[in-house]
Amino acid sequence: MTTVTAPEKVTTNRPKRKRLSPLAVVIPAAAVILALTYALPPFRNYQLATVGAYLCVTAGLTVLTGLNGQLSLGHGALMATGAYTLALMQNRFNVLALGILAAVAVTTVVGGVIGLAAARLRGPYLAGLTLAVATVVPSIASTFDTTFNSDQGLTVALEPPPDAITVEQWQAWLCWAGALVTVLVIAYLVRGRFGRDMRAVRDDETAAKLAGIGVARTQVLAFVLSAACAGLAGALFAVLAQSVSPGAFPLTLSLFLVMAVVIGGLGRLSGALIGAVLLVALPEIAHSIAEDAGSQRLEGNLALTFFGVVLVAVMLAAPGGLASLRLKRNKQKGRT
Amino acid sequence: MDRFLYLTFDGLSRGAVYAAFALALVLIWRAARIVNFAQGAMAVATAYAGYSVTNATGSYWLGFIVAIVGGLVLGALVERVVMRFVDHSSPLNGVVVALGLVLIIQGVLGMIYGNEFRPAEAPFSRDAFQLGDVALLSRYDLFVFAAVGTVVVLLTLLFTRTSTGLRMRAAAFAPDVSRLLGVPVSGMLTLGWALAAAVGSLAGMLVVPTELGLHPNAMDLLFISAFTAAVVGGLDSPVGAVVGGLIVGLLLTYVSGYLGATVAPMAVLILLVVVLLGRPDGLFSRAKARTA
Amino acid sequence: MSALLEVEGLTAGYGAAPVLHDVSLTVDAGQIVAVLGANGAGKTTLLRTLSGQLACEKGRITVDREDLRGVKVERMVRHGIAHVPEGRGVVTELTVDENLRLGGLWRKQKPKLDGIYDLFPALAQRRNHLGHQLSGGERQMLAIGRALVAEPRLLLLDEPSLGLAPKITAQIMALLRDLRDRTGLAVLLVEQNVRSALSVADEGLVLALGRVVTRNDAATLAGDADLRHVYLGF
Ligand SMILES: Nc1ncnc2c1ncn2[C@@H]1O[C@H](COP(=O)(O)OP(=O)(O)OP(=O)(O)O)[C@@H](O)[C@H]1O
Ligand SMILES: [Mg+2]
Repeated sequence: MTTVTAPEKVTTNRPKRKRLSPLAVVIPAAAVILALTYALPPFRNYQLATVGAYLCVTAGLTVLTGLNGQLSLGHGALMATGAYTLALMQNRFNVLALGILAAVAVTTVVGGVIGLAAARLRGPYLAGLTLAVATVVPSIASTFDTTFNSDQGLTVALEPPPDAITVEQWQAWLCWAGALVTVLVIAYLVRGRFGRDMRAVRDDETAAKLAGIGVARTQVLAFVLSAACAGLAGALFAVLAQSVSPGAFPLTLSLFLVMAVVIGGLGRLSGALIGAVLLVALPEIAHSIAEDAGSQRLEGNLALTFFGVVLVAVMLAAPGGLASLRLKRNKQKGRT
Repeated sequence: MDRFLYLTFDGLSRGAVYAAFALALVLIWRAARIVNFAQGAMAVATAYAGYSVTNATGSYWLGFIVAIVGGLVLGALVERVVMRFVDHSSPLNGVVVALGLVLIIQGVLGMIYGNEFRPAEAPFSRDAFQLGDVALLSRYDLFVFAAVGTVVVLLTLLFTRTSTGLRMRAAAFAPDVSRLLGVPVSGMLTLGWALAAAVGSLAGMLVVPTELGLHPNAMDLLFISAFTAAVVGGLDSPVGAVVGGLIVGLLLTYVSGYLGATVAPMAVLILLVVVLLGRPDGLFSRAKARTA
Repeated sequence: MSALLEVEGLTAGYGAAPVLHDVSLTVDAGQIVAVLGANGAGKTTLLRTLSGQLACEKGRITVDREDLRGVKVERMVRHGIAHVPEGRGVVTELTVDENLRLGGLWRKQKPKLDGIYDLFPALAQRRNHLGHQLSGGERQMLAIGRALVAEPRLLLLDEPSLGLAPKITAQIMALLRDLRDRTGLAVLLVEQNVRSALSVADEGLVLALGRVVTRNDAATLAGDADLRHVYLGF
C-alpha cells in the first residue's frame, strides 16, 4: 500500500527539521485512496474500508497508550457503544451523518466517565478495570433486550449509495473519510500543547505536575479523545456490517486493538496504520490457511494464535518492552 | 427467607472458588508484581487437559490431578519461558505479554477442541440437601469448601512454617539481599508461578461444572470476578483475597437471585469501580499499592 | 601459607566503562583489612564484584585457592563469603527472627540463633518485631548478625558505621576484633569513618578512582597525614 508510510511524518516531532504539515500528507493520501477505490474489486474495497475503520480506533489508542502511557483493554466496548448508538439512530431517523455524530458524542460521554475513573488508576488496575468493561458491556445488550434485542442484535437501516458506485466503494470512501479526519485532528492535537502535556505526564507525573500541567485533566482528555475515535470506528463498523450484535465486539476485539498498536509501534500514527492493516491482513491470511487445510477449527483460532505469538514475540524482542517501541521515536528526535 | 439462605450458601460456595482464583492472582502479584491476566486462560487450558483425561479414563480424580499438576507445569513454563524475559520497568509490559498469552492459549484450545461448550461432569451431586423444606448445600458445595479450605491451610502453613515459604517471601520482598544470603531467587519465582497457576487450575476445575461447561473463553468472567475479589482484598493480602472472594461470590449470587443473572456481571463491574475509586488500597491492605 | 582471599588484576564495573582497574589485594584468615577511599572511589563496586553481583571482567578472584569467577551470587555463601551491603539490606517485611533464620537457610541443619542473640541482646528483645520497626543501629546489628549466622570465613562489610552513633560504631568494631581473634574470621571492611576502621584493622588499602594507591599497616596509614589529605579528603 502506497499510503503506509505517508502519515508517519504527520506526528514526527523534529523541531529543527522541516516538518510536513499533516494536511500535506492527508490530502495526497485521500487522492490515492480515492483512486484505489476505483481500481479495486468490491471485496478489496470492503477490506480497504475495514482498514479505514480500524485506523480510527488504533489512531486514538496509540495516542492514549503511546503518548499518554495509559493502557486500555476496553476500547472494544467503546466501539460497541458507538455501533449500537448508530444502529438505534439509523433505525429511528435514517440520517447517516446524524447517526455518526450521535455515535461519537455518546461514546465520548461514556469515555469521559471511564476516563475520569481511569485518570485515578495506574498500570494493572487500569488494565483490570478496562478489561472488566470489555467483558461486561456485551452483557448489557441482553439485560435491556427490548432496546438492544439481546444476542441477535439490531440491523442497521441505511440509504443505498448513488447508482454510480458500488456499496463497497461507498463504504471505503466513508470509512477513509472518517479515518483521515481522525488522523488529521489527532496529528494537529499532538503537535501542540496537548501532545507535549501528554508526553510530560507519561514520562514523569510528578515533574509534569510541578511544571503546572494538569495531570488528571490531560489523562481524561486523552481517554476522551481515544474514546471518540473508538465511537467513530464502532459506527463505521455498524455501517460496514449493516448490523450490530454483542458477538461483533468480543473481548478479543479489545485485545486485538491493543496488539495492533503495540506491534505497529506506540505513539505513532504510522504505527496505527500498520496495526489497522494487520488487523485486516492477519485474519485474512489465517482464513486462507484454514480454508486450504479444510479445517473449521483453524478458522479464527489461527488468527488468534498468530496475534498472540506476534504480540509476545514483539514484547520480548524489544528490550525495554513498550517503552522501547516508543523510544525509537525519541532517539530520532535527538539525532537532529 | 428460605431463598435468602439458599442463595447465601450458594454464594459462599461460588465465593470460595473466586477466593481460590483471587489467591492465585495475589500469589503472583506478591512474588513478581505482575497481575497475571493470563490466569483465566491458563486455568481453562488445564481444565481441558483434566477433562480430556477424565473422559479417556473415566476417572474424575485422575483428571483432577492432571489439571492441578498441569497448572504447576504451565505456571513454571510461563515464568521460565516468557515472563522471565519481560522487561518489568513498566507494569504495562507484563500485562501486554499476559494478554498475548491469553490469545495464544485460547487460539490453541480452539484449534484442538473447537469453540463449542463441552459438558463437564461434577464429581458429586449438585442437588442441595434439604433441611426441612429449605434447600441448603449440595455435596458438590461441600467438596468446593473442602478443596479451597485445604489450599488455604496448606498455603498458610507453607508461608509461615517452612523454610521454603520464608525463602519465597524474602525473595519477593528483597531479591538482591536474598541472593546474597544464598536464596535461589529465580527458582523461588518459578515456584511462586507454579503454585499460583496450580491454585488457579483448582479454581478452574471447581468452577467448570457449575457453569455452561468447557470453552476457550469460559474463564473470562471468572477472571474479572476474581480480579475484583483480589482488588477488594488489596491485591497484596492473601487473607484479603479470600474475604474478597466470598464478598464477590455473595454479591453475584444475590444479584442473580433477586435481579436476574444478566445483571450480575454489571454488579461486579460496579463493585470494582467503587472499590478502585473509593478504597484505593482495598479493604485489607496496609500498603499503598495503587500506583504500582 | 597462602591468603584466604586473593584478588589479582581485577577489572570490573557496570558495563560501559570499568570502575575498578587492575585491583589486587589479599586478605588472610583472621585478618581485618580496611578499604578506604573517597566517595565514588569504587569501594562498594569492589565488594559487589567479590560477592558475584557484578561480573569480573578481567583478573582473578580466589578464596582458599578456589576460583570464584562465574560463581553465582546465591552460591557465594557456600564458599564462605557473606556480604552485608551498603544501606544494610534488612528485609523490612520480615521479623528479626526470620531475617536471622534466612542467613542460615543454605545449610541443611537448623541455624543456631542463640549465639547471635547473645552477641546482640538488643535483637533478642525484638525477635518478633518487623524489620521496619527497628532503629538504624538495630538494623545494622541485625544485618551483621544475619551474615554471621551463615558462619562465613570472609565477611564483606560495606560502611557498617553509616548513620550510627559513635558508641554503637565502637561496639561493632570491638565485635569484629573479637570475632577475628576468637574464630579467625577474615573481614574486608569498607569505611568512610577512617579513624574507627583503622583502629580495628590490621591493614588498610586506599582506593582512588578505582585503583589501589596504597596498601600498608593500619598504624602506618593512620599516621600518614599526606595520604589522608590527598585521598581521603580530611
Ligand atoms: N549501578 C551503577 N551503574 C553505573 N555506575 C555506577 C553504579 N553504581 C556506582 N557506579 C559508579 O561507580 C563508581 C564507584 O561507585 P561505588 O559505589 O563503588 O563508590 P564508593 O567508593 O562505594 O562510594 P561511597 O563512598 O559514596 O559509597 C562511581 O563513579 C559511580 O558513579
Ligand atoms: Mg559505597
